[in-house]
Amino acid sequence: MTPRGTAMVGEEREVASLATHRLFAAGPNADLASHALAFGPVPLDRVDYSFISVVEASGLTGRGGAAFSSWRKMAATGQARGGRAAGPAVVANGAEGEPLSFKDKALLAHSPHLVIDGLLVAGRALQAPLMYIYATPAVLPVVGAAVAARGDARRIKVVPAPETFIAGQASAVVNSISTGIALPTDRRLRLGESGVKGRPTLVFNVETLAHIALIARHGAARFRSVGSDRDPGTRLVSLSGSCADQVLEVEGDASLARILSTAGVDLAEVQAVLVGGYHGRWVRPLDYRLSPAGPESHVVRPGAGVIHVLPATGCGLEATARIVRYLAAQSARQCGPCMFGLPAMSRVLDAIACGEQDPGLPGELARLGHLVGGRGACHHPDGTARLVGSALETFSDDVAAHLTGRCTRSAGGHHG
Amino acid sequence: MGDTLHIDWTSCDGRGLCTELLPQLLARDDWGYPLARHGDRTNVGIGAGDSQAARDAVALCPRLALSLKTAP
Amino acid sequence: MWAVGRMSGFVALALFTMTVLLGILTRSGRPLLAIPRFSVTLLHRNLSLLATVFLLLHVGTLLLDSYAQLNIVDVVVPFLGSFKPFWQGLGTVALDLVLALVVTGLLRHRIGQRAFRAVHWFSYAMWPIALGHAIGNGTNGGNGWFLAGASIAVLLLAAATAWRVSAAFLETSKVRQGGLS
Repeated sequence: MTPRGTAMVGEEREVASLATHRLFAAGPNADLASHALAFGPVPLDRVDYSFISVVEASGLTGRGGAAFSSWRKMAATGQARGGRAAGPAVVANGAEGEPLSFKDKALLAHSPHLVIDGLLVAGRALQAPLMYIYATPAVLPVVGAAVAARGDARRIKVVPAPETFIAGQASAVVNSISTGIALPTDRRLRLGESGVKGRPTLVFNVETLAHIALIARHGAARFRSVGSDRDPGTRLVSLSGSCADQVLEVEGDASLARILSTAGVDLAEVQAVLVGGYHGRWVRPLDYRLSPAGPESHVVRPGAGVIHVLPATGCGLEATARIVRYLAAQSARQCGPCMFGLPAMSRVLDAIACGEQDPGLPGELARLGHLVGGRGACHHPDGTARLVGSALETFSDDVAAHLTGRCTRSAGGHHG
Repeated sequence: MGDTLHIDWTSCDGRGLCTELLPQLLARDDWGYPLARHGDRTNVGIGAGDSQAARDAVALCPRLALSLKTAP
Repeated sequence: MWAVGRMSGFVALALFTMTVLLGILTRSGRPLLAIPRFSVTLLHRNLSLLATVFLLLHVGTLLLDSYAQLNIVDVVVPFLGSFKPFWQGLGTVALDLVLALVVTGLLRHRIGQRAFRAVHWFSYAMWPIALGHAIGNGTNGGNGWFLAGASIAVLLLAAATAWRVSAAFLETSKVRQGGLS
């Protein structure tokens, strides 16, 4: 579970199904020529405000984690424009602070022009005078070169994103672009009302924009031709853990077991799967489907598309304790409940993972998780509490075993 | 949705004035920060009876962490 | 005029002493016995305004008093006075600081927390300067009763300041330190 370390994601990591799917159709490290060859021109001159209804028809949801309806976000930003003189700003968010996520870096490295297309389309639909691509240092050169190679992208500014966990949170993105400080800010007004330079601001994950680029080319029906009604289209997932790190493009509402099989994971060797990332949810068995909507008993939310496999020999409590320690350290220390609540949760979870025999520990952990929820400028405490809650539930047998002083798994099991 | 009292968590230092002025709405957590007893914990709903106390809390908060959002 | 000027100066100093003490208590987040936190804050604010009224009375009466030989420039610009210019200058500095503190205090919601706090730190400079003015410039400055009272005030303020910088200052210090260990 080391925080991401590779410099150029995709060089070493295998990007599966490059040829068969949508977003990587131009092949690895696609330059402008191969991009144009694979996708054809983007019909920018046909895009206007009515494009939002095309996005609505497509059913596209954000691929950065919150899975908010994309057309609603666009419409809210467009409407906020109403009485103002200053046009809105559109930001392509490639921060990807999740240590287990690398699909956005892979997308920016291999298909930067599709993201640029999407940004231009969204910018055109909202008549946005300001456009930004916010990307981590690893892919900054590729993105910069791609923007420079095009005549139609001169208005796009490329902004570096720090490699911290919360740098990708929407208000932190806006803060970083405006002031250079990548910390979340209090949001009395929504970003759709006031963001970069006080303008209505639309922050879209880079993958969301890549889908928008394809929807602008081929329409909503083509987007919906795979996936399901509650989760149309495709999404990128970052697979890691007891399998080779890889990015897959999977259809919406895909079954978790099928994704793992495709990735070459031996399902018999899987103990549990962390879906959605460090703010996600541990699940087992594997008969869940990956969708942002649907009943919790059968559906697990993809979040930022992270799928991390815990092998049968690993201890889920130990793995979660390590993650929560990291999350507590990544608190921006701006908001009290997060600054004090997360370290407190981390300590209690550490105690459980270490086999401290105090039957009050799980209750205390649940109490702390409930205490921090909904009380911060961003969702860092909520996400952390969600992860811990799912660990207590999924690994309840292990919790019981730990409280009697033994761990059913091999101690110090290594994953990631 | 009625009027709400917005808590700016990045400013709040848990000094406890608001929890004294609005005890029926706000408790204090382990570290002294305000904890809404019901509903939304960042945009805390306030009834008509609490609006004067809420205004006082906004005026007196030593960290200027509170603001009122009136329903449109 | 002369008597009113002296008396109001003394009262202002006493009130400012209480104001600073209450301010430190407010900052700690603690209530004062049965007085809730918001009342302590209000008390801090109202006492400071009352003290300012006495301070203006002090300056105004002495400005009108012929014996004090004060002119309008001395009230604003320090160390130019004809009588004990240094000690009188301290009073002018203290007055300027008080005015800055009151204005930023009243406009706190306008100017924001950062500017307010930056100016409010000068309270800790204002008080000893005002006391120095009272001892050096005041007619009773050398009196035993005044010096005794001043000593008690200095001790109180010193103790409060020491408490202010101690690790256990905040009401929530203990739980929060546990939280970050």
